Amino acid sequence: MKRIAFILMLLASPLWALDPKEMLEDAALEARARAIDHELRCVVCQSESVASSNANWAEDARRTVRELITDGSTDAEIMDFFVARYGEFVLMSPRVSGSNWLLWAAGPLMLLLAAGVGVGYLRGRAGTPAPQEAALSEAEEARLREILKE
Amino acid sequence: MITEFGHFALILAFIVAIVQMIVPLVGAQKRWPAWMAIAEPAASAQFLLTAFAFGALMYAFITSDFSLRLVTLNSHSAKPMLYKISGTWGNHEGSMLLWVLIVTLFGAMAAWFGGNLPPTLRARVLAVQSAIAVAFFAFILFTSNPFLRLAVPPFDGQDLNPLLQDPGLAFHPPFLYLGYVGLSMTFSFAVGALIEGRVDAAWGRWVRPWTLAAWVFLTIGIALGSWWAYYELGWGGFWFWDPVENASFMPWLLAAALLHSAIVVEKREALKSWTILLAILAFGFSLIGTFIVRSGLLTSVHAFANDPERGVFILMIMAFFMGGALVLFAFRAGAMEAKGVFSVVSRESALVANNLLLAVSCFVVFVGTMWPLVAEMFFDRKLSVGPPFFNMAFSPFMLVLGLILPIGSAMPWKRAGIMRSLRPLRYVFVLAFAIAGLAYAMQSGRSLLGPIGMFLAAWIVAGTIVDLAQRTGRGSGRWARLMRLPRADWGKMVAHSGLGITMMGVSGLMAWQHEDIRVAQFGEPFDVGGYTLTLNDVVNSEGPNYLSTTGFITLAQNGRVLAELEPEKRIYPVAQMPTTEAAIDYDLARDVYVVIGDQQAGGGWAVRTYIKPLTNWIWIGSALMALGGFLSLSDRRFRVAAGARKTMAVPAE
Repeated sequence: MKRIAFILMLLASPLWALDPKEMLEDAALEARARAIDHELRCVVCQSESVASSNANWAEDARRTVRELITDGSTDAEIMDFFVARYGEFVLMSPRVSGSNWLLWAAGPLMLLLAAGVGVGYLRGRAGTPAPQEAALSEAEEARLREILKE
Repeated sequence: MITEFGHFALILAFIVAIVQMIVPLVGAQKRWPAWMAIAEPAASAQFLLTAFAFGALMYAFITSDFSLRLVTLNSHSAKPMLYKISGTWGNHEGSMLLWVLIVTLFGAMAAWFGGNLPPTLRARVLAVQSAIAVAFFAFILFTSNPFLRLAVPPFDGQDLNPLLQDPGLAFHPPFLYLGYVGLSMTFSFAVGALIEGRVDAAWGRWVRPWTLAAWVFLTIGIALGSWWAYYELGWGGFWFWDPVENASFMPWLLAAALLHSAIVVEKREALKSWTILLAILAFGFSLIGTFIVRSGLLTSVHAFANDPERGVFILMIMAFFMGGALVLFAFRAGAMEAKGVFSVVSRESALVANNLLLAVSCFVVFVGTMWPLVAEMFFDRKLSVGPPFFNMAFSPFMLVLGLILPIGSAMPWKRAGIMRSLRPLRYVFVLAFAIAGLAYAMQSGRSLLGPIGMFLAAWIVAGTIVDLAQRTGRGSGRWARLMRLPRADWGKMVAHSGLGITMMGVSGLMAWQHEDIRVAQFGEPFDVGGYTLTLNDVVNSEGPNYLSTTGFITLAQNGRVLAELEPEKRIYPVAQMPTTEAAIDYDLARDVYVVIGDQQAGGGWAVRTYIKPLTNWIWIGSALMALGGFLSLSDRRFRVAAGARKTMAVPAE
């Protein structure tokens, strides 16, 4: 049993995110590479970035990023390189282009809309002259008072 | 045999639920007391039957009854007992059973403690709650029955996903479900009130404890999940903006909003229709969460049942309850007129702003989560939305929320003066600004994130303390008055401080984290961010159902040994899955987080080290939020309203 388990262990030898042997010598370039790793999605995993994934694909992607950096590509060129091969899906944060402006603008637009409605409501409340007469029967009012009493 | 009893009990509970869904509703309409009275014993019976069914399933897991399909798929005889038990809900079928068990539990609690409710409202609330239970009983029995047997039982099971074999995750789902499903109770109250056609202060008071309880459980569940991700996934992330995490976060945001707007309903009889709408939507987002996790519609690490048939069933449940409730809302919302009048500058307005921010931030999370789907369906673009988007689009709302929190909570009801409310806070502002300035001066980078987090934390925590102190008035006896303040006031202070502290932890971690990856040789010390680490040894060993490789690392600072760390990586042979068990030296100022990697060809082992400043405050803050919720929940006024029978004492006035 122990032997089988050990063989299994060798077979399943876990790769993990970013191995020292993948890293670049130059600390500044490596820092750039890691920043890019976080912006790229591992396309064979489920919602993991290239930086944190253990998959072989992510390992290859990390290596490619470092090769491109060593060859002198800019960050934008590296992103384009991946988008050209794997589509926009590979980007962790979608580009602000075409229909995507809707995504980016959704929050601010909704806030404006909500703030408009909210201010309208508050103005309305402030302008209401007096409370309407109670919609509760007398017995219910008494019960309400009893409940609300501390 | 017990399994068959459990199966039978589940079917019986389904039938009882159908009765409870229809009879009390008719009774409430026709004012037939006997018909309405059925709801109470039915709710108890439903709960007991479901509890029995759940117990039977748990028994099958504990005794490793591999003739049960579910047990075979998700358990193993060598698994530790805790995980045999937690395996009951560590899978789709079992977790649905837990879900419906909690639905019936809340129904039964409403029946037991709802003696104070008007009989018609109680009957309607219980009927609606039962309708939810009916839908999920049907879902379980028709699409995901946990009690199916295997014709030929195997010798041993296929083991639970090793990532789930962890104490943090064993209790994460029950808490999360208590939260999700707790919102079903507020939903039932909202729909009950809509059918009734009346929402008043008493309704606000009845619904608040349920919302509060749901919110507290959600807080605990989310915090446990994030803590688990932090120490288990091997690189110390605590939040990934994964669709399933978002699915639990959206109801949390809406429950927080609901909590605050229900206060306005209770104290000021305003914001009624908005509160009802929020109650409906909050539960709607719970259902969306269930749908996302179980349909496989969105890719996620957590999704465990990628079955379109189940997805369609849940979608139908969701369409029925949301559609029904919203149609009802459209017809009845007009009938709920606000009574309270207040000026534009007042606590009411501050709470409206709170609701706006929470609801819109929830909307942002929702849009971000669903966008990949929308983009693919309508624009033919296959894309993904990840953490960078959410960090950028979501955080500003929390920033503004944190800024207005102390001001709003210091404002009086009805009419406030801006300057009057701000004056007591001027020292708080100076203090917070000084702390932020200090953080800015001390940090190495030029990032504003860290100082902003420190500012918000100091601003909120000190602001709420000043607010509490203000309530004690002037002169002597302030201390005694402070102690006599209602628990709800203390709860508010504790929970708000918790929010500030969590913000500090999150921004501290994100701004000042330090990462180091290297090949470590035995006995050769290396420095990371002011600490010295030495890899002493690496040992292979065998656990109950896994094989482990453990590194022994000494952590020291300035020649003084701080801790012996034992990072571990495991392989679960049955599930064929590796996991990392990071070793963490916990400290309030920072965590040192060490992960052991592979043996290197040229000798030595790969070691990853992270210095994670202020991380523990994320969970301390969450714990404070939950504690604050419990404090409020224990307030006498709630217990009275929740139905603790009033003694007939003559009030001494």
